[in-house]
Amino acid sequence: MSRDEMTVLQNYRLTNTVNHVYHNVEFYRHKMQKIGLLPSDIKTIDDLTKLPFTTKEDLRDTYPYGLFAVPISEIVRIHASTGTTGKQTVVGYTRRDISTWSECVARSLTMTGVGKGDTILVAYGYGLFTGGLGLHYGAEHLGACVIPIATGSTKRLTTMMVDLEATAIACTPSYLLHVAEVLEAEGLLGKLKIKAAICGAEPWSEAMRLQIEEKLGINAFDIYGLSEVLGPGVACDCIHHQGLHIYEDYFLSEVISEQSQTPVAAGETGELVFTTLAKEGIPLIRYRTKDLTDITYEPCECGRTTARIGRFKGRSDDMLIIRGVNVFPSQIEAALIEMGTTLPHYVMEIDRVGTLDVLELKVEVEERYFSDEIRKLEGLTRQIEKTIREAIGLSIKVKLVEPRTIERSTGKAKRVIDKRKLM
Amino acid sequence: MKQLSVFIENREGRLFDVLRILGENDINIISLSLADTNDYGMLRMIVSKPQVALSILRDCGLSATLTQILAIKLPHESGSLGRALAAINDAGINIEYMYGLCADGDEAVLAIKTSDVAQAAKLLKRAGIEQWQM
Ligand SMILES: [Zn+2]
Repeated sequence: MSRDEMTVLQNYRLTNTVNHVYHNVEFYRHKMQKIGLLPSDIKTIDDLTKLPFTTKEDLRDTYPYGLFAVPISEIVRIHASTGTTGKQTVVGYTRRDISTWSECVARSLTMTGVGKGDTILVAYGYGLFTGGLGLHYGAEHLGACVIPIATGSTKRLTTMMVDLEATAIACTPSYLLHVAEVLEAEGLLGKLKIKAAICGAEPWSEAMRLQIEEKLGINAFDIYGLSEVLGPGVACDCIHHQGLHIYEDYFLSEVISEQSQTPVAAGETGELVFTTLAKEGIPLIRYRTKDLTDITYEPCECGRTTARIGRFKGRSDDMLIIRGVNVFPSQIEAALIEMGTTLPHYVMEIDRVGTLDVLELKVEVEERYFSDEIRKLEGLTRQIEKTIREAIGLSIKVKLVEPRTIERSTGKAKRVIDKRKLM
Repeated sequence: MKQLSVFIENREGRLFDVLRILGENDINIISLSLADTNDYGMLRMIVSKPQVALSILRDCGLSATLTQILAIKLPHESGSLGRALAAINDAGINIEYMYGLCADGDEAVLAIKTSDVAQAAKLLKRAGIEQWQM
């Protein structure tokens, strides 16, 4: 589809969505009336910036059903997410929403080369979290054979991976790295039939993606989504890994400056904002994702003309402010990978000593770093400290710890422990 | 001689954990030395079955390695240590670290880790310094 044709479709769907929320969601009607905006004022996507934003807080404040645009009798599925701050938010899907979602995930899987004839292990959490069921329905929609292994025993996962000759896996990238370690330890790497991994639900670096590819001898893809907007399958990267293709017929995207809240130029980093174009249950107008990225409208090498978002720079709420400096865990990760071929397990601990914020990075001493000469280990810690100081402009303390003492997780990897919040 | 080196964090009980694991697997510890920093320590041991001990510790998730060291006998007389070190040093071989291993009758036994173990062994032999056997 050409960009012009896409714009025509987006214009049509945007006006429909705005009408839908104006007439069916009190929250949006009030917001629009407050600024004197009528649905008829929105004629094309160029009018988008006239519309008010929606935030996670709005979802929380209108809990549970305040943003639903259809009666509950039309809803066939509820998912929920718990924020780190406690109060949960719920999202509802109509039958058509579920089918839209399956379509988006199916498109993503197709980009990764997965289709009918493939066996895919879905190792995301099933349940209220959208990862498991989202991938599940999308893969079934394609006609792939789904093994809904969910999260849990890694041993069972590696066994099924080999015995059932799975050709694809969907899980979080940090968990997949852990799985790769286990496979390596069990001597099973050579017995795999896996060709693609579809990873998401947490930010990860390009270096980590390459590491997964190399370790498992597969293609690793980045699937993106958030439950408020839909779930996994809002965007996904293709074999060229030059950004994630957004399904623009369903999601209208903007990248805005966090400060001025106005769109930034193409290629500049800002906060990603989505307006859903075909959602019935919870249509969202200019939903602020807090994910930081950039966007390009250039056609991709793969031939697709859809807009692509760059690798995530982090989340605006993941960003740590240490001694006044903005630090993203992804920067630490990139610096660590620069030191060697693979990423060690690490955790960042931020504490306040007196009035000074102190960042301590705990890194597991693996066999490949290990030396029985303390001088060499001290040299290693100083080198890590130096690389990171140069990357983030902040001096940190590196502490070497024993292998497997940093907690592994099957869901989102816990990379940051901020002890300052406890005080 | 093979020395077993283990990375341990300076946490309460870690040293005893390692010793307990080795003890439970009938590994005799002939000598033990601990070099430490603020955060972690390096436990260096001469044990009865180094290869077995290594795999047991690794199975327990510890970072451990075997290192080739020289165990030399030094008679209790002045200048013996100086003579030994001079023999290695003059050939441009680095001494990474050393520590007292044990006392064996009239002689002290010293563990030395050098940059070139084979060459150092040859030089020491030429200087009339004997290797210690378990
Ligand atoms: Zn592409």
